[in-house]
Amino acid sequence: MSHSKNENTFSRRFFIKTSSAFTALALVPHSIKAFYNDIKETYFTKKVVLPIYLKINGKDYNLNADSRTTLLDLLRENLNLTGTKKGCDHGQCGACTVHINGQRALSCLSLAAMMQGKEITTIEGLANGDNLHPMQEAFLEHDGYQCGYCTPGQIMSAVACVNEGHTKSIEEIKEYMSGNICRCGAYNGITNAIKSVAK
Amino acid sequence: MKPFEFHRAINSDDVFKHISTTSKYIAGGTNLLDLMKKHIHEPNTIIDLNSALSNTIEQKNDGIFLGAMTTNTKVTENTIVNKNFPLVSKAILAGASPQIRNMATTSGNLLQRTRCPYFYDTNIPCNKRKSNSGCGALNGHQRMAGIVGTSQNCVAVHPSDFCVALAALDAEVFITKTDSTTEKIPFKDFHRLPENNPEKDNNLSDNAIITGVFIPNNNFGNTVSYVKIRERDSYAFALVSVAAALEIKDDKIKKVRLASGGVAHKPWRWFEAEKFLKNKKASRDNFIKAAELIVSKTKPLPNNTFKVTLLKGAVETALMQCLTNTSNG
Ligand SMILES: Cc1cc2nc3c(=O)[nH]c(=O)nc-3n(C[C@H](O)[C@H](O)[C@H](O)COP(=O)(O)OP(=O)(O)OC[C@H]3O[C@@H](n4cnc5c(N)ncnc54)[C@H](O)[C@@H]3O)c2cc1C
Ligand code: SF4
Ligand code: FES
Ligand code: FES
Repeated sequence: MSHSKNENTFSRRFFIKTSSAFTALALVPHSIKAFYNDIKETYFTKKVVLPIYLKINGKDYNLNADSRTTLLDLLRENLNLTGTKKGCDHGQCGACTVHINGQRALSCLSLAAMMQGKEITTIEGLANGDNLHPMQEAFLEHDGYQCGYCTPGQIMSAVACVNEGHTKSIEEIKEYMSGNICRCGAYNGITNAIKSVAK
Repeated sequence: MKPFEFHRAINSDDVFKHISTTSKYIAGGTNLLDLMKKHIHEPNTIIDLNSALSNTIEQKNDGIFLGAMTTNTKVTENTIVNKNFPLVSKAILAGASPQIRNMATTSGNLLQRTRCPYFYDTNIPCNKRKSNSGCGALNGHQRMAGIVGTSQNCVAVHPSDFCVALAALDAEVFITKTDSTTEKIPFKDFHRLPENNPEKDNNLSDNAIITGVFIPNNNFGNTVSYVKIRERDSYAFALVSVAAALEIKDDKIKKVRLASGGVAHKPWRWFEAEKFLKNKKASRDNFIKAAELIVSKTKPLPNNTFKVTLLKGAVETALMQCLTNTSNG
């Protein structure tokens, strides 16, 4: 009996102690959270989510994205289309080159919100099933890469370069491919690949 | 980037409905987004001008009008531009990359910010970024800095190539202000010198919009040239550039335009040299004298005296190229 009484007393005390501790614990984070939210509302703008519809590689997408999302991040992070690469994220390397309504552009300097109703083609959209695009074949044939990181951007830019007709000479190809930097220096292979497709 | 509201404006009234002290316009986005990622611009609202302003090129009796939203590529592919204003295409094609020119617009190019490395580095003081904070370039790297019209507060240059051609051709900037009134600013008065308030790049009033650029007809034909010297052959901003245009009649220079990029806070016209060449023979001797006159007007900084030599050569080359371009064209 006495044993159980002691046990009861102990457990009652234990209950009171722990429950108040729990109450305190439950209360503190709440007030901190409220305070944090107050501060956040005053000093940080809430993120803005926008509806976006666009076509990527022939497929329609209806999405919601943070207004800050670039086309590059939309492709890579939201849609898992990681073929398009992020090099500099500042328009200086061309790794993120895609086609927007048929024209080559930098996805890192494009807001997803401004792609409303546009047609995007990425490296994933070039091949026809298992058949590579002629430019992809040419890059393989002519060793148009080493590490391969710049390659999706190079190929997208190269396809546009041929469509634009800027392939009359090696010099012209080089000038019109100057927006795509290759850290490995595979430039000769790249220009040869383009020349072979242009013919 | 800081979160922002996004609004696609449908016309200029709609643009002005959404403006505030913390709003920013976006056109191609190639400069604005870059600066936002670096927290140099932190707008609360972004207003997309693409559906609100013209993206067409119109031939007028007295010249050509480039809508604000025409892309740089579209301008270079226009047959009238290439026939009557080849200097414009030459200058645009000397800048950026095909991808960027496909995105960049006429108005965005005029309003792009400087490429001074310290303007981009938020750890270093910069009067242009933050008034009265100091100037990192005054005692720093000066390869990208000016050699004429600089001040103790800022030695940065305007980075555009397109604008050098527009300055040379006496273009006009068409503007609509927030009270819906319009104005035209001659190109030479659009951008400004840094003086005591380098945070202001130009004379556009707050939240006014550029609706387009007008270029008056000229008789230069193909006797024009754009020479750009940079750290690599392509895809780099100018160290110095020269736009030259000549109208030659009876073996004499009837009209001449000389402008430079990479040398000043604004696209710079060399009026004295133009005056010197007028009515003279289009000869290498005279071109060299003009180049000497031009460099005599420069005041380089301690670490960019080399730009004076580059400029001298570029002026002579550009004028000589005008002559070869005529015969080729
Ligand atoms: C890697 C790189 C290399 C480059 N190299 C060169 C070069 O060699 N030569 C060169 O000349 N340029 C070069 N550029 C710069 C490029 O030309 C500019 O970024 C471009 O012209 C800006 O145009 P945009 O339409 O993208 O402007 P945005 O970035 O959209 O806008 C720029 C500014 O203009 C304002 N704005 C735009 N339109 C209007 C309007 N109608 N009314 C009022 N305000 C407006 C915006 O609010 C913003 O502040 C380069 C850029 C990059 C990223
Ligand atoms: S030169 Fe002008 S832009 Fe460059 S650091 Fe000085 S104030 Fe800033
Ligand atoms: S990642 Fe877009 S240009 Fe480098
Ligand atoms: S292949 Fe390595 S960066 Fe081009």
